[in-house]
Amino acid sequence: MLSIKNLHASIEGTPILRGINLEVKAGEVHAIMGPNGSGKSTLASVLAGREEYEVTEGEVVFQGKDLLELAPEDRAREGVFLAFQYPVEIPGVSTTNFLRTAVNQVREYRGLPALDAVKFLSVMKEKMKLVEIDQKLLSRSLNEGFSGGEKKRNEIFQMAMLEPTLSILDETDSGLDIDALRIVSHGVNTLKSDKTATIVVTHYQRLLDYIVPDYVHVLYNGRIVKSGTKELAMELEEKGYDWIKEEVNAASV
Amino acid sequence: MSKDNKILEELTSKDYEHGWSVDLETDEAPIGLNEGIIRWISAKKEEPGWLLEWRLKAFNNWLTMTEPVWANVHYPKIDLQGLRYYSAPKKSNKPKSLDEIDPELLQIYERLGINLNEQKRLQGIAVDAVLDSVSVGTTFKETLSKLGIIFCSFSEAVHEHPELVKKYLGSVVPMTDNYYAALNSAVFSDGSFCYIPTGVRCPMELSTYFRINAANTGQFERTLIIADEGSYVSYLEGCTAPQRDENQLHAAVVEIYAAKNSEVKYSTVQNWYPGDKSGKGGIYNFVTKRGICAGDHSKISWTQVETGSAVTWKYPSCILKGDYSIGEFYSVAVTNNYQQADTGTKMIHIGKNTRSRIVSKGISAGRSQNSYRGQVQVMKRASNARNFSQCDSLLMGDRCGAHTFPYIDIQNPTAKVEHEATTSKIGEDQLFYCNQRGISTEDAVALIVNGYAKEVLNQLPMEFAVEAQKLLALTLEGSVG
Ligand SMILES: Nc1ncnc2c1ncn2[C@@H]1O[C@H](COP(=O)(O)OP(=O)(O)OP(=O)(O)O)[C@@H](O)[C@H]1O
Ligand SMILES: [Mg+2]
Repeated sequence: MLSIKNLHASIEGTPILRGINLEVKAGEVHAIMGPNGSGKSTLASVLAGREEYEVTEGEVVFQGKDLLELAPEDRAREGVFLAFQYPVEIPGVSTTNFLRTAVNQVREYRGLPALDAVKFLSVMKEKMKLVEIDQKLLSRSLNEGFSGGEKKRNEIFQMAMLEPTLSILDETDSGLDIDALRIVSHGVNTLKSDKTATIVVTHYQRLLDYIVPDYVHVLYNGRIVKSGTKELAMELEEKGYDWIKEEVNAASV
Repeated sequence: MSKDNKILEELTSKDYEHGWSVDLETDEAPIGLNEGIIRWISAKKEEPGWLLEWRLKAFNNWLTMTEPVWANVHYPKIDLQGLRYYSAPKKSNKPKSLDEIDPELLQIYERLGINLNEQKRLQGIAVDAVLDSVSVGTTFKETLSKLGIIFCSFSEAVHEHPELVKKYLGSVVPMTDNYYAALNSAVFSDGSFCYIPTGVRCPMELSTYFRINAANTGQFERTLIIADEGSYVSYLEGCTAPQRDENQLHAAVVEIYAAKNSEVKYSTVQNWYPGDKSGKGGIYNFVTKRGICAGDHSKISWTQVETGSAVTWKYPSCILKGDYSIGEFYSVAVTNNYQQADTGTKMIHIGKNTRSRIVSKGISAGRSQNSYRGQVQVMKRASNARNFSQCDSLLMGDRCGAHTFPYIDIQNPTAKVEHEATTSKIGEDQLFYCNQRGISTEDAVALIVNGYAKEVLNQLPMEFAVEAQKLLALTLEGSVG
């Protein structure tokens, strides 16, 4: 479904991603871990099409299409979803209103008729249950004054509404309380199918107890320096990153 | 150029949608301005002597005045002698019903999206349309007259209700008030008149559409709204002007008189031709709008959505004379390309326990300049006066400007005046977030801007709010980037 080859990206002339290779197949869950500043959010942003990042080398193919050629909104319409590490506030625009615009634009791109208000609300009701999100929150200005956890839950709610093929969750677990983590993970698992794939960026093993990864990758200095299965996450939880850093540094000397 | 700026650029370079003009045979005054022209206008309109006297007095006052220069707007000097001061669509008999209205006129309204007939009737809006200078059609008059409500063209009021016109004309905006108000008083052509009798709640929105059609015609409307004791009215004004190369001057005067316990809501959506992308052409809009809360517990609320005109100079104001009276001003002013707007309000607290609220939302794009100018004045007698002002500016791109000029003058120590101001930019973060959900950049801008202006748009009557939202999006189309 997603094939990243030798991806290099920089911001304002500073290289951040320095040769990423990653293959994600339908039905898979990949976890990406790695120390702060290693480039995890950068990778997510580049995949989603943020223009501040300049791709200097490499290619990304998503469902047979050159992803890097597509405008960010078209990537979303093709089925790429990014749950932001830091969701943005839009004053005066309710989540409901925002999502109605989004859902209908995505549907239009896919040649589907727009959902009328009644249809939309009934879909919304159903998805609200999935992540146990409160109606009141959805009528407030998008993310404005939301608590950290509310913002994250709202991201997953949006994901549920947009039904993406590839979901990239950037530290969705941070800020969630223990119950919320369980609920949100349950939501993500329910949305999974053999036609979709998920990339979860996280610092903690805890999330991976709920959303069980098929592969775990460690990103360090803009490269995937180690890949493994879920056991790797446990090892990292126990030992930290130093041993990996040492391995990498030893190899590069 | 950043992405924001690029999109801003594209969106802001949108052409004006209402740019066309129909060739109506006009009945016009010779070009120029002198006593003879004023006599010509007055005679043409078969006015009574007292009104001609009043006009001439205003004219003589105007001759001694000079054009104000304090506003933060720049434009070439207007050649007032090069303008034509009266232009009426030619039609020998005044229309008595809609069926008699020149079909070409109706066509103009239809192209504007205004429908004088059944459509508006169904919507329950009474429309008084002003084309160039003469009011051409007033619907709903009968329903209204049963309640004793008078809603007609200004000229008609002069003939049918001279005592009311005589009593209130110039009582809120004196002919000597300012340069443009004096000019208007001398040469005003037509406008709307509205009287709501004691205890009557006007059952429908009263609506006037102004548009400027003939080339080189200064348009000088005069609107007078009188709400008698305990009455209520919501009044809507919408404007468009066809596209023209030369700048056209528009200097209207609106006066509102609110008696004890009455309430007047005045809403404007203004989308006159703003000039082209390079700043050529467009309307000069120099308007004096003022209301007086004359009686205790009266209320006047101004709501405006300003998207058009090349240069705007406009400060709808409230004189809070009655005790416990309330003045409100809600404004969204959008400027794009080379537009300049200097707009705001004055709240003058004279009575005790008077309250005022100002919510101003400026949006600047392109190379435009957008200024808020607001004055809050609390007089000696006005104990416990309260004011709250919120002035926000939203910038799109980095070549436009937003300016805030608050003036506060307090002569009573019990007054409480609060002023809050913010300036923000449509962030790439916000746009990217929207894009990531599948929303195109243009729609994202519309969404963000409408969200930003929501508090003001919420003040508009429903049908108008929807129109205004579309207008905001249209004005800014091509502008984020
Ligand atoms: N605009 C910028 N200018 C310069 N450096 C930047 C810019 N944006 C990001 N970076 C740098 O890129 C690097 C990667 O950042 P990124 O946000 O991708 O890290 P991360 O792996 O997601 O970290 P965390 O775990 O803390 O979320 C960091 O060193 C960051 O400081
Ligand atoms: Mg990150």
